[in-house]
Amino acid sequence: MILTTSQALLSIAVIAAATILTRTLPFVIFPAGKKTPKFVTYLGSVLPFAIISMLIIYCFKSVSITTWPYGIPELIAGVFVVVIHKWRHNLLLSIGGGTLLYMILVQAVF
Amino acid sequence: MRRKAFKAALPYTLPVFMGYLFLGIAFGVLLSSKGYHAGWALLMSTTIYAGSMQFVAIEILTSPFNLINALIVTLTVNARHLFYGLSMLDKFNISGKLKPYMVFSLTDETYSLLCSAEPPEGIDQKWFMFFIAVLDQSYWILGGLIGNVAGTVLTFDPTGIDFAMTALFIVIFVNQWESTKQHTPALIGLGVTLICLVVFGAEYFIIFSMIGIFLCLTLLRSRLEMNDLKAKEEPI
Repeated sequence: MILTTSQALLSIAVIAAATILTRTLPFVIFPAGKKTPKFVTYLGSVLPFAIISMLIIYCFKSVSITTWPYGIPELIAGVFVVVIHKWRHNLLLSIGGGTLLYMILVQAVF
Repeated sequence: MRRKAFKAALPYTLPVFMGYLFLGIAFGVLLSSKGYHAGWALLMSTTIYAGSMQFVAIEILTSPFNLINALIVTLTVNARHLFYGLSMLDKFNISGKLKPYMVFSLTDETYSLLCSAEPPEGIDQKWFMFFIAVLDQSYWILGGLIGNVAGTVLTFDPTGIDFAMTALFIVIFVNQWESTKQHTPALIGLGVTLICLVVFGAEYFIIFSMIGIFLCLTLLRSRLEMNDLKAKEEPI
């Protein structure tokens, strides 16, 4: 630890408060009692689709496609999850199997 | 009533259980390797409770003391939460006294579960959502503690285990894709984020992606509103 205990506590407090701020703000701006503008309701209905897509890319952000192994393990495991899930629709199989495959790929193959 | 809601919520949280336990362990191991013992893991997972941010927080805790930096980094990394709130405005408004916790605990994973999970017949929706949120956080805290305490004696190599979270998002993506014929929002999310990652780089692309997604969805509003986007009510 290079920070003192109180410095670490303060840092954690700031991080926690800032996180709460990002989560609370929409609910403060559009409180329960008031009618939410139609445009915001529309955004709320389409955002989940766009955001899950964004999160997938977010997960792959550190993958380098110009250096070995060129993102091949991520591609294989990702395609595996899509295919196996479309086929069986079994959460455990899709997530557990995909993770296991990826671990084998990055640890033993590539 | 609460008991039934708890029982109904439990299976929905299974993928997050796996993902959070693994990720939490990874977090706990890393934190203890920097000299922060279990009390710190408990404190951070309880009060910050944000997966990727807690990994960034480890960096902050091992760098020279700088609160302004901590504030700016946190706001940047967590700005995507603003969008989560926007799409949960209606759902959380029925939560009553549970609402503050629902808002506090809105992580990527809880958000993605709440997007698609609908309670079975006769189950109270607000308690159902609440138990999903509480269970998710308990997995996260548990994982962090296990990793922190057992980190040094782990006998297997956990490299790549964080793929569980990626897999969860992919599974939810597939479910969402199959639930609607209108794929434009999903394609906007993929396309805009990918372009922003290439153009702006891994450190800053999320903010630009959010702006881009917002603009695209705004411009296409009249076209998209005509189509039925409502997801089918099926368990993810």
